[in-house]
Amino acid sequence: MNRNKKGYLRAGLILTCVLFALILLGFFWTPYDPTAMSGSEKFLGPSLRHIMGTDNFGRDIFSRVLKGAGLTAVIALSTVAIGAVCGTIVGALTGYFGGKVDAVLMRFNDAMTAFPSMLLALVLISVLGSGKYNVILALGIVFTPSFARVTRSAYASLRDANYVKSARLMGAGRARILFVHLLPNTMQVLLPALTIGFNNAVLAEASMSYLGIGVTPPDASLGYMLSEAQSMIASAPWYAVGTGLMIVLLIFGVGLIGEGLQRRNGGQRYA
Amino acid sequence: MKYAARKILMLLVTMVIVSFLAFLAFSLISGDPATAMLGTEATPEKVAALREELGLNRPLLAQYGTWVLGFFTGNLGTSYSYRMPVSSLIGQKLPLTLALSLLSFLLILVVAVPLGIRSARQSESRLDGVHTALNQLFMALPPFFTGILLTWLFGILLHWFTPGKFPIFSEHPGLFFWNLLFPAIAVAIPRIAMTVRMLRSTILHEMNQDYVRTAISRGNDRVGVLYRHVLKNAMAPVIAFLAQTMAEVIAGSIVVEQVFAVPGLGRLLLASIGNRDWPVVEVIVVILAFWVVLANTIGDLLSQRIDPRLRLGGDAR
Repeated sequence: MNRNKKGYLRAGLILTCVLFALILLGFFWTPYDPTAMSGSEKFLGPSLRHIMGTDNFGRDIFSRVLKGAGLTAVIALSTVAIGAVCGTIVGALTGYFGGKVDAVLMRFNDAMTAFPSMLLALVLISVLGSGKYNVILALGIVFTPSFARVTRSAYASLRDANYVKSARLMGAGRARILFVHLLPNTMQVLLPALTIGFNNAVLAEASMSYLGIGVTPPDASLGYMLSEAQSMIASAPWYAVGTGLMIVLLIFGVGLIGEGLQRRNGGQRYA
Repeated sequence: MKYAARKILMLLVTMVIVSFLAFLAFSLISGDPATAMLGTEATPEKVAALREELGLNRPLLAQYGTWVLGFFTGNLGTSYSYRMPVSSLIGQKLPLTLALSLLSFLLILVVAVPLGIRSARQSESRLDGVHTALNQLFMALPPFFTGILLTWLFGILLHWFTPGKFPIFSEHPGLFFWNLLFPAIAVAIPRIAMTVRMLRSTILHEMNQDYVRTAISRGNDRVGVLYRHVLKNAMAPVIAFLAQTMAEVIAGSIVVEQVFAVPGLGRLLLASIGNRDWPVVEVIVVILAFWVVLANTIGDLLSQRIDPRLRLGGDAR
């Protein structure tokens, strides 16, 4: 059992680090120019020259997948950053101070989290319009309540801890107590929530871009590339497989990290 | 019964709030529907006449009232782009999306519940780590990607169904459900994995409770305790989770409809967002919201039947 607990975390970290190293590399260097077309190299299957093959314009799919994954990762990370920062602030204030504002906000939160994040994001996008910045904004707003809920319960359970009382007696300010003393102790629930949030963000972004209401050309994220790949599935199935595999591996790796973190916390159930 | 009445009242209040917010948001962004319908070339007189006819000169609350009543009378306005009543447009598409969502929900129930119980029973097994990793892998399969792979494998390579052509229910009911099965599988796979994981951890949590130890020390065997005592107690949180799944399934259906060219609500919604056809978008949004709220209300009512403590306002966990 003990070996297993660490196994998930380690396997997830290795996979995720490899993927992020590739993605980072993709920002500076790709095997081929992802936009360079070549009439003589259309629809080539995977080979040593093109490990994921080429598309209808003879573009190298692996290079395009690296670039696309870069955009997907940037959007997912920004989304999680927005959601986690706003959510933690709301969660900290409502959890620590409680009261009527807490009660009202948490009702509202419950209602928001009951909705599938994809649906809420879809509604927001239809109001805001598509494009990568609007996707980040929409998903950031959509993910805030789930982070608020997780951090609120952590803050509420810790607010009468002895170390908080001592800090108060020593004259520590509220902001100091909230973010210097308490925040590190919420990590146990916040970290798994971050992994879940990242995966949901990757999924939501990819779904929306696949549907044509997320990232719009010339930006190409993995979701948009999949919709392109679907139209040539009969002649170049490796395009869809390569692109989809990247999404699956990203989510799988981070999912394993989340599983490992949760097991390390003593089998606490999904945050 | 008081509990049920309160829950149903909550459902109605939530729906009023949600529908009002949707109405407000879309009337803010949509601008003037009269200009949208007539185009920018229309004369001011014509626009004014149409505004009067559509009732746009009345106060916002009155307009909202008429619109909400439309959900009961079927008069929900006219689509800008299809030039036909929103209600009949949606009436054609809604059954497909409902059928797809219910079919995938059924798949999730039938596959995930036995698998989850099995997975909990085998948690001491040496293969448990492999199972958990596989489970994580299945959770990572996005429905639209699985959908594309299924179309390729079963549609293009094996010719089990014709991709891009969706049969009409009244003409080929058998073929209709056969074709619906593939998108339903695509939606269900990651959800099955999540449900198995949820069931497993809930059952394991219950198995560590004192009452289980007592029951076993009195000579019951573990399997008997599992089926007679544990499952009953594990049910309430599982039902709450399944209600959430019911809500998520419709979001999945909307995406997957695009993959399999299912002419349902999802495709209509996307087309309408693209055409800025707000009367259609806002009605679909309210219908989806109703589905989500309804699923959660049913979940609450069922959990409360099983675990009467919840009636006192406790949490399902």
